[in-house]
Amino acid sequence: MSQWITICKLQDILPETGICALVGKEHVAVFRPYNTNELYAISNIDPFANASVLSRGIIAEHENELWVASPLKKQRFRLKDGYCLENEDYSVTHYEVKVDNDEFVQIKSN
Amino acid sequence: MSKTNLVIIGNGMVGHRFVEEIIEKMQADKFNITIFCQEPRVAYDRVHLSSYFSGHTAEALSLVREGLYQENDINILLNERVILINRQRKEVHSQTGRIISYDKLIIATGSYPWVPPIKGADGANCFVYRTIEDLDAIRNCASNCKTGAVVGGGLLGLEAAGALKNLGIETHVVEFAPVLMAEQLDSMGGEQLRRKIEEMGVGVHTSKNTQEIIHTPSGKIMQFSDGSSLEIDFIVFSTGIRPSDQLAKACELDIGPRGGIVVNDYCQTSDPDIYAIGECACWQGKVYGLVAPGYKMAQVALAHLIGENAKFEGADMSAKLKLMGVDVGSIGDAKAKTLGCRSYVYLDENIPVYKKLVVSNDNSKLLGAVLVGDTSDYSNLLQLMLNNMDLPEHPDSLILPSHAGAKPVLGADALPDNAQICSCFDVTKAKIVQAIHAGCHTVAAIKTETKAGTGCGGCIPLVTQILNLELAKQGIEVSHALCEHFKYSRQELFHLIRVEGLTSFSEVITKHGTGYGCEVCKPTIGSILASCWNNYILKPDLVPLQDSNDIFLGNIQKNGTYSIIPRSAGGEITPEGLIAIGQIARKYNLYSKITGSQRIGLFGAQKDDLPAIWKELIAAGFESGHAYAKALRMAKTCVGSTWCRFGVGDSVGFGVELENRYKGIRAPHKFKLGVSGCTRECAEAQGKDIGVIATEKGWNLYVCGNGGMKPRHADLLAADLDKETLIRYLDRFIMFYIRTADKLQRTSVWFENLEGGIDYLRSVIIDDKLGINAELEKEMDRVRQLVVCEWKETVDNPAAQIRFAHFVNSSKRDDNVQFVPERDQHRPATLEERQTMLGE
Repeated sequence: MSQWITICKLQDILPETGICALVGKEHVAVFRPYNTNELYAISNIDPFANASVLSRGIIAEHENELWVASPLKKQRFRLKDGYCLENEDYSVTHYEVKVDNDEFVQIKSN
Repeated sequence: MSKTNLVIIGNGMVGHRFVEEIIEKMQADKFNITIFCQEPRVAYDRVHLSSYFSGHTAEALSLVREGLYQENDINILLNERVILINRQRKEVHSQTGRIISYDKLIIATGSYPWVPPIKGADGANCFVYRTIEDLDAIRNCASNCKTGAVVGGGLLGLEAAGALKNLGIETHVVEFAPVLMAEQLDSMGGEQLRRKIEEMGVGVHTSKNTQEIIHTPSGKIMQFSDGSSLEIDFIVFSTGIRPSDQLAKACELDIGPRGGIVVNDYCQTSDPDIYAIGECACWQGKVYGLVAPGYKMAQVALAHLIGENAKFEGADMSAKLKLMGVDVGSIGDAKAKTLGCRSYVYLDENIPVYKKLVVSNDNSKLLGAVLVGDTSDYSNLLQLMLNNMDLPEHPDSLILPSHAGAKPVLGADALPDNAQICSCFDVTKAKIVQAIHAGCHTVAAIKTETKAGTGCGGCIPLVTQILNLELAKQGIEVSHALCEHFKYSRQELFHLIRVEGLTSFSEVITKHGTGYGCEVCKPTIGSILASCWNNYILKPDLVPLQDSNDIFLGNIQKNGTYSIIPRSAGGEITPEGLIAIGQIARKYNLYSKITGSQRIGLFGAQKDDLPAIWKELIAAGFESGHAYAKALRMAKTCVGSTWCRFGVGDSVGFGVELENRYKGIRAPHKFKLGVSGCTRECAEAQGKDIGVIATEKGWNLYVCGNGGMKPRHADLLAADLDKETLIRYLDRFIMFYIRTADKLQRTSVWFENLEGGIDYLRSVIIDDKLGINAELEKEMDRVRQLVVCEWKETVDNPAAQIRFAHFVNSSKRDDNVQFVPERDQHRPATLEERQTMLGE
């Protein structure tokens, strides 16, 4: 049964950066690329190193889409769906995310 | 197939080049190779022998990469002199009684210094200048002497005189001929050189025929035939070389009229199984005393040996060098001996600069040239002469100074394909063009691929010209664009940010870029903003630009934890400091290790713990070591004169001072400093971006060295500096690097791409060629004032610490971080170990 879980306030995420949230047992990276309500959520686990670090990467624009570059070895993951640019087999899970009432950041748990 | 027994007598520069040819052509497995080397060490760079006095070690001069001979199964016999060649039995005998038979024999015995038969010339403290052992003996003697004379005012003699002067000796040059460098220069050129050298305080005595050297208890008196005399403490003879042809003579090979083993166009001697190459060989009556023709002979001899076609066709004796800081060039028929030739002469006695062109009687071809005081025209003139190219309408315009109007450009385009661009390694224009077509699109790449420009470096401007021309021809635009969001290079962006006073990424990308930015341009611009303004990098608008290392002020490790490296300037650390670090490491369960930079590294810290750990470290008196930043890492030091019985300078004290001066300044890449207290060089300063080595008279400053993946021996920027001058040079050097390097470019790579090399760098840093030094110093001053300990700032700022929690919505720790015990400490668990531990 899936449900929306509030993880923090929008202002807790510095524009152009990401944070990591605990959703159930899963580590979820939430990114806020602009100073707006636009958010993206993918797994926080770098699948190459199996380390919980993706939220600490730099948000990058390539091919007119937004990605995060892993802070470990710079592989890029597409924010909208977790697709890995360097190797499709290492793509990561993505999550639905929204801002409720212009204030609360919510992730849909699976 | 049975292997050919190949014996090589001599392991000098040419003998070694021959072996390199074999290896490069993948022929090593066809031969059983034995090399006899009568010196105690393998081949070294005799051309740069004098640098041995300015701090280069014997190892640095070595031409043989460690392990090269062993990997190729080459048997090298050091300290073994061949005493006999038995041609009938095809054997060579050495002084140890060893006998080796050969199928093919290479004689590369070089030459020996010739000392004129002057009475007293064989007495004590009379030296020659050829081997490292000679230099050791000279240095030993010089340490107890005040004055010295070099007999011989030729190329090598002046080189030796420069070396004596650098040893602090009052130096005299005594020359038999009326001019210096009589082989290469005309009398007017020799006169300008003499003036320059005398200005430096070196005594020059020409037209002096030494008749006798009288040894007195207090020194020596050189008695000249004109009745005059000179009193000195020791003498170095540099009166020419003679081919070492004794072995060949004894086994009755043909010998040239003035010595040298006679060879044909394939470098074969009168015995077809024996080849002679280098200074011991005599081709068409000529013995070549330069290294480039020797290298060519090595190439030809091997080609013939393996059935390839190549011929020795003589060699051009043109030369460009720097003697005691004076630029001197001599091309072709410098002394205008060709029948009917004419000359153009330019002389400015103020500087002084002297240039002469020797042209054919119809004014159409260049035959020779002399350049003293300014050799910037050398490469162009040499190509005109070597390729028999037509001169421009007014040949004198080639040597007039720039205020006389633009020089006719000798387009690299006009050069024929077979034009030799690099004479040190015989690289033709065609080879360079081929390398460019194969994808070498930088000067550094061409250097690696073709070796062009890696000898004397004189051809680099021409190589650059060919590169730019070829790329233009192929329609390849050389893109220095940072990434898809900026069409500017790092250097250009630095300039724009600095001049326009931009302080945020959004300003920069709005004005000069497009789109959102990426993992390449964001940290690069973050670094430039830091270099320019040095604002606290965890300011909210700067955070999104930083790589993880800079955001969390530690180096991220493979499991997402961070390292903690407090500064221990110069490697100094107090017992109290050690205890504090130990207690903190124990409390937070950190793996501890000494890093490669004389610092203590604590590993495995989760980012939630970082602020607390640093709070305790700061309370114990530590500060950030900036190990996570593209900035100065450390100054590695040896213990120096304070404790070491060999030390001549306080390397720790100076290292601490320098590290504290430059810490926290962000640069295009990390950089490292080393300070050694004497030439033993225990701090390995010559493998650092900046190396400082104490001398008897001050400090030598080396720059652009590197250890790591691609080691590079640093270059000497300036010698015997006082601290104040050295710091001034360093302020300029570091700022110049910060301003002009490409993104993530270490100083060594930056240097390799710097047109003009160390001479250019000297002209900028020391002579202020670009007129920017005052500005560079001011700039350095300004950013230095702005440096803060980023960790102190963070520990004092609760808002900046919020981001250090692992989860935004839970105080739980990252359960992916697990450790297992190892060697009394712990390491990150592997994925399998973690799964077992978490019971998954």
